Amino acid sequence: MDFNLTEDRQMLADTLGRFLGEQYPVEHRIKVAYDAPYHDPALWDQLVELGALYALAPEDAGGMGGSGFDISVVFEALGKALCPEPVLGSLMASRLLAAAGADQDALLTGATKYAVGITEIDAPYELDQIATVATAKGDGFTLSGRKSTVYGGQVADVVLVAAKHGDGLGVFAANASDANVTGYGMMDGGGAAEVLLDDTPATLVLADAKAALQDAVNAGIIALCAEAVGAMEVTHATTVDYLKQRKQFGIPIGKFQVLQHRAVDMLTEIEQARSITIKAAAELGGADASKYASMAKNMIGRAARLVAEESIQMHGGIAMTWEYSVSHYAKRLIMLDAQLGDTDYHLSQVMKGYAA
Amino acid sequence: MDLSYSKEDLAFRDEVRAFLAEHLPEEISSAVRAGGELTKAMMEEWHAILNTRGWLATIWPKEFGGPGWSPVQKHIFEEECCRAYAPRIVPFGLNMLGPVLIKFGSKDQQDHYLPRILDGTDWWCQGYSEPGAGSDLASLKTKAERNGDEWVINGQKTWTTLGQHADWIFCLCRTDPDAKKQEGISFILVDMATPGIEVRPIKLIEGGHEVNEVFFTDVRVPIGNLVGEENKGWTIAKFLLTHERTGIAGVGFSMQALEEVKAIARKTMRGGKPLIEDPLFAARIAQAEIDLEAMKITNLRMLFKAQEQGAPGPETSLLKIKGTVINQELKDLARRALGPAAAPFPGHVTEGNLMFGPADTEHNAARYFNNRKTSIFGGSNEIQRNIVTKTMLEL
Repeated sequence: MDFNLTEDRQMLADTLGRFLGEQYPVEHRIKVAYDAPYHDPALWDQLVELGALYALAPEDAGGMGGSGFDISVVFEALGKALCPEPVLGSLMASRLLAAAGADQDALLTGATKYAVGITEIDAPYELDQIATVATAKGDGFTLSGRKSTVYGGQVADVVLVAAKHGDGLGVFAANASDANVTGYGMMDGGGAAEVLLDDTPATLVLADAKAALQDAVNAGIIALCAEAVGAMEVTHATTVDYLKQRKQFGIPIGKFQVLQHRAVDMLTEIEQARSITIKAAAELGGADASKYASMAKNMIGRAARLVAEESIQMHGGIAMTWEYSVSHYAKRLIMLDAQLGDTDYHLSQVMKGYAA
Repeated sequence: MDLSYSKEDLAFRDEVRAFLAEHLPEEISSAVRAGGELTKAMMEEWHAILNTRGWLATIWPKEFGGPGWSPVQKHIFEEECCRAYAPRIVPFGLNMLGPVLIKFGSKDQQDHYLPRILDGTDWWCQGYSEPGAGSDLASLKTKAERNGDEWVINGQKTWTTLGQHADWIFCLCRTDPDAKKQEGISFILVDMATPGIEVRPIKLIEGGHEVNEVFFTDVRVPIGNLVGEENKGWTIAKFLLTHERTGIAGVGFSMQALEEVKAIARKTMRGGKPLIEDPLFAARIAQAEIDLEAMKITNLRMLFKAQEQGAPGPETSLLKIKGTVINQELKDLARRALGPAAAPFPGHVTEGNLMFGPADTEHNAARYFNNRKTSIFGGSNEIQRNIVTKTMLEL
């Protein structure tokens, strides 16, 4: 048993941490995350050059990682810096391309930006409710439907779309320029898009793709959980620091026991969140991957809400301001609950396992 | 024990309901419903409409222009206003300074300022909190020094709500630096147009502008702008904080929020069915509704007690604690119910790019975040617990 990172992964964590710490201070992040294109293209290029995307793909797909722990190392670093770069779309697209045995050099080198369109208005979390449909046409296909909150879709060149194909689900690649894409900024920074498909030409990437889509979702969940763990740790540290600095009634407010205990409760939940994320990362690709991904996402949803709300409350007014970093961390921690299945959705997934 | 309203109360409710149906402009109620920021013009228009009917200064005594309502009538009025999506009354002049002037002000001050509050001539804001004096308000440092027949004020106030619209600010200032903390504070009225005042906006977590910092550099105001006795401002501050408690449980707003959550959960789909049919989510709504049903009665019990005793007691702290928590939970449920559709930044939602069109969804996440303030302001929920600990439990 060993809970240490391998040397390679530790090096990746250190490199990313240093890069983001130096190049992506939170003031810069706040500046770029809320205005189009809702990320920093120059820093995205540097992030890609550092090999962040290669770490997300396995060797046989041209990458240098691709395990649950590679993913969590990258995303924990991104979470600590509250980085709004569209890496989640790259990760999920990479999983889908790998499952199809398709070439993904253009993705890994950053030459082509990918986003993944699974979510729909009436199917926010469930693959089996997807209504977008693919129709064979000539040598290829056309897609009709509407994909909602496609993360990173505001800057994507290619959208990998989950669509009904025969009796199952297929994954299709559509050029963003062929679809009706409306990009927008999000409440917590970063961007997404509504993608309207109306007989939009597309190529088949993978037929019978339900398992591959579920794997991409599981990988995405691990990424979001690790991102949340990174963001929670920074938020907690900032809060504890504030408890030491801020004086009221002549003493640091951290001397008040009611605040001390709540800071401890937050720490306990963060440790629990880290543990369940490690478990889910270890199971990625295995038979129980979905079950543990659901457990992780549920726990992260609960812990992240606690940390976000308590950090604001224990700071008082200052954490309600745009200028103070905690408000932005809190927004990210709350809003990521609605990505790839929220607390309740994943609780119900775990409950479904009891019936079997 | 009788939980029903009296015949008179019911008649009053019908009268209020009819008035709102006739006079609350559709444009204003739909802005309230949409949940974004109201314009100054909208707030002023609504004040003017209520003032014409004599229903603006609901907590002032009749002789000063109040309607002379009982606490139960005030409650009915607030509840009906929420039901109709009327704007909240901007409280600083009407619910805060007004009662202070009525209790502590000179005849001249009452004659001058009160009518101007009623007719909207003066928009007031509150100069209480400072960067170093939040929960520990009595440690405030803004200084007012006597110089001839003027006060010279130096310092900084913060969290000044809607100060960007204000003509006047009422300030707690330290007038005796050598006195003990709570002593040596005075309550002074300051014209915002006085040279030396600078208002800087504070952008909030969701991107909105409702609070400000106010800086005072050698601001000179007449000695006569002192309210009550010099160095007795803390008494006024405490008096004012009890009046800030009117409607503190926010029951009407939570009733609005509950209806919104249900409406959203009927429209959003999960697993091919409306979300409201999902037992997990329905259980969350039901729990919040049960809490709110109890809070309605708790609120009425405390109103009834205040009516019997003539003043609200320390138990209003319980209303604030539980009332804000219930409201925050409902705002959280609205955001959850929308799921990914709550993601766009307000203003980024345009026709055709989100699920129900702009009005329904645009502000839900923003309101959730903005509403975290309610357990912080007006004496944080931690401070309320301290008050209850001391005054009710005597620990």
